[in-house]
Amino acid sequence: MNAILGLVAAIGAAVLDAVALVGALTMFGVSGLSHIFRPPFYPRLVGRSLMEIGYFSLPVVALTALFTGMVLALQSYTGFSRFNAESAIASVVVLSVTRELGPVLAGLMVSGRAGAAMAAELGTMRVTDQIDALSTLSTDPMKYLVAPRLLAGIIALPLLVAIADILGVLGGFLVATLRLGFNPSTYLINTFANLRVDDVMSGLIKACVFGFVISLMGCFNGYRSRGGAQGVGAATTSAVVAASILILALDYVLTQVLFIK
Amino acid sequence: MIPKIRIRGLKKAFGSKIVLDGVDLDVMPGTAMVVIGGSGTGKSVLIKSILGLVTPDAGVIEIDGEDVLKASPRRARELRGQIGMLFQNGALFDSLPVWENVAFGLLAEKKIRRGQARAKAIDVLAQVGLADNVADLSPAALSGGMQKRVALARAIASEPAIMFFDEPTTGLDPIMGAVIDELIVDCVKRLGSTSIAITHDMASAVRIGDTAAMLYEGRIAWTGPAAGLLTSDNPVVDQFTHGRSAGPIKMALRR
Repeated sequence: MNAILGLVAAIGAAVLDAVALVGALTMFGVSGLSHIFRPPFYPRLVGRSLMEIGYFSLPVVALTALFTGMVLALQSYTGFSRFNAESAIASVVVLSVTRELGPVLAGLMVSGRAGAAMAAELGTMRVTDQIDALSTLSTDPMKYLVAPRLLAGIIALPLLVAIADILGVLGGFLVATLRLGFNPSTYLINTFANLRVDDVMSGLIKACVFGFVISLMGCFNGYRSRGGAQGVGAATTSAVVAASILILALDYVLTQVLFIK
Repeated sequence: MIPKIRIRGLKKAFGSKIVLDGVDLDVMPGTAMVVIGGSGTGKSVLIKSILGLVTPDAGVIEIDGEDVLKASPRRARELRGQIGMLFQNGALFDSLPVWENVAFGLLAEKKIRRGQARAKAIDVLAQVGLADNVADLSPAALSGGMQKRVALARAIASEPAIMFFDEPTTGLDPIMGAVIDELIVDCVKRLGSTSIAITHDMASAVRIGDTAAMLYEGRIAWTGPAAGLLTSDNPVVDQFTHGRSAGPIKMALRR
């Protein structure tokens, strides 16, 4: 009987912890978002975060998108050629990249690079009392540290995804024309024939949400980190893992909302 | 006279660990109080409670006769806005150069334009004995003693009416510790501030304090003049200040 009670108590404690965590994350996110719209504003910090999240992530996102487009064209060819459907490759590449692979892969790459850096920076600031010091210097840490990063994430990811879309299609184009012998103009006509504005916009909307999620998880985990170097390391890991899982889960939800009518 | 800071029945526990168990403390205007006590006795929690960085479970914290715990958030921010803080490890912002660290509070309160801030920061750095060539350095490029001076410059830049010092000489050699103490005394006297310093360093306590209080088992066990710390005749204070292993203070050791 005691063993059953112990098990129930353990499950109950875990559920309560999970609910408390979701509540704390929600409050943190709402508070951070609200500070974006309330003065004082810190445009220099938004600019700095845009550089960190956007500009410095550009090489890794660009390479990921380029090679993904190339692999996609190659794989599609090997599969579609069995059914004489090679002409669909251009559409498959452009729709896959703009709707799914662009935003998801860019999100995962930025999460691993910028999200981890955010968590490590804020975590170090927490354990070295720098966040407390901000409070004693008439500065709200949520406004100074969190709001600029959330805003920068929401702005930077769509820009990165727009570039990733172009490079992904370029990768497919290069493989199709140089390796598989497709006619360049025919490939481009096929690429744009089935592409609609909605396809690109849905990817950019996903990117806005993923950018917010990456910054939110980076800031939330860093801000709450405890216990010195080990705590900062744990916060960094949690930020990347949580953001990656949320990106994949939200990708499904957003696809359901945006495409399934 | 109304105390600048008045604390009554302050309690704080973290889970089952009771850290503050009814602290009563008065700090009169223009005086320097030193709070001593063993590691983990709640000295930092005490000043973080006054600063609003830790929320107490119960008690009263008055600044200029107003209870900050019952004041509106805006009023509480105003009352706490007159406090400057020197953190134990400096807590300098390593993403900013030294001058921006020093002028941070002034820029945040919009007391000064960015263009004037650097000149003001260099002026304050001179008050703590640092030349203008450190202004553009990163805090990471400075020695421990210099970082402490920059942190002190940041704390005094807004000319606060109240100053807190969290173990100001920890990690410094005795000479640099004495230099920092002199700077603290000089700054506090010049600004006419009320101050609370927490320290383990008895020489530092005697140098920078007018009055002293001993925190033990979550309460103030003794108060008196800082100059009398080493001759208090209080068994708890005597054991602590003379560093004796035998006495009423039992360290939590597991053998």
